[in-house]
Amino acid sequence: MDEGLRGELSRHGIFTTSLEGLYNWGRKNSIWPLQFGLACCAIEMIAATMARYDLARFGAEVFRPSPRQADLMIVAGTVTKKMAPQVVRLYNQMPEPKYVIAMGACAISGGPFKQGYNVLKGIDRYIPVDVHIPGCPPRPEALLHAFMTLQKRIDAQKLTGPSRPRHLVEEAPSEFPIPDFGPHDLTPGKNSAIWAPPRKAQGV
Amino acid sequence: MMESLEALVSRMASVLPAIDVSLVPNEAPGGPSSLRVAPQDGRRAAEFFKSDPGLRLDYLSNLTGVDWPDRVTKQKVKSKRLVDGVEKEVEETLETRTPGFLEVVYHLYSIELKHGPLIFRMRTADRMAGVHLPSMTPVWRGAEFQEREVFDLYGVRFDSHPDLRRLLMWETFEDHPMRKDYVEPNDYEYEPTAHDEVLAKIKERDSSGVSGTA
Repeated sequence: MDEGLRGELSRHGIFTTSLEGLYNWGRKNSIWPLQFGLACCAIEMIAATMARYDLARFGAEVFRPSPRQADLMIVAGTVTKKMAPQVVRLYNQMPEPKYVIAMGACAISGGPFKQGYNVLKGIDRYIPVDVHIPGCPPRPEALLHAFMTLQKRIDAQKLTGPSRPRHLVEEAPSEFPIPDFGPHDLTPGKNSAIWAPPRKAQGV
Repeated sequence: MMESLEALVSRMASVLPAIDVSLVPNEAPGGPSSLRVAPQDGRRAAEFFKSDPGLRLDYLSNLTGVDWPDRVTKQKVKSKRLVDGVEKEVEETLETRTPGFLEVVYHLYSIELKHGPLIFRMRTADRMAGVHLPSMTPVWRGAEFQEREVFDLYGVRFDSHPDLRRLLMWETFEDHPMRKDYVEPNDYEYEPTAHDEVLAKIKERDSSGVSGTA
């Protein structure tokens, strides 16, 4: 339907939309996050839900205590190697469509604890991350910005064709392998299907 | 005010028969000195610290581990010797090897008498098989988790601990990461400005043909 006809109809009190637009509008305005925090970033996440920053404006105030009822996992804080399998397991238990925001330096890369014996170098080695937020910790505004970024991405998704979202692709995995506790480190150290180390710019 | 550590050592020697306790002076200005207690006398000394009416150290505020690896000290010695029939002064380097040990340091306070800290330490026989120390959990209940942490990160075995399991790392983990000779996994992936040790590790990894940990 062209924009002119749409505007003409709405002047007469008839509103039209596409199924895709309605579906995405509904999805993006009721993203229910999973209620879990791992470290200090969780405090900022809590602040973002309270009256001053008010995440409820984006339809995401309903933090669910069960992964079965959640759409969004906010990985807020340091993911230790001991915690990483549980985080992946929680992600696997969430129903599709599901999204991940990696919040803060630790969750995206290990942050100040990178290369430590007990900290994972970013949760994106095991689960697909939609939005990364740098910062130590990121301010609530940064989390809101990540939220809006995620909403924009959901809004722009086509429901058919090769670029359709993962939950509409039958062969796409919705569960990811849970790493095991090895004698010296987690095994495997990464999920090679979704993560590869960044390429070096210069030949060393 | 608590008595001086010198007075405490001599009083312990008179009260507790054949106890092996000595003063460890602290060279730093204002640094607190401490007591070294032999592991076999640890429990006796702890009971004394807690029950003695002049001390009443009822609160174990902190205990932590220290790793002392094997040390090699080099000393240059000059001696006269006959070399090709001519007497010459020859310089030799003597190496003395001091075996390492693990040490656990305890900080005690008295809530009742409002004094402290009294610092005492115990040393294991070596860093390999003889890493046993008496547990202080039966004396101060708060020692339980901190001893588990020291066991986890340093590998000190606390005898008669009620529940000696790893606290921070997973149970199938085999290393003790706070030891000086801990070898971390060589999983460097993207180091834009690699240098020194990191560069050596990356080269070692690249030459072995394995990328990353997977």
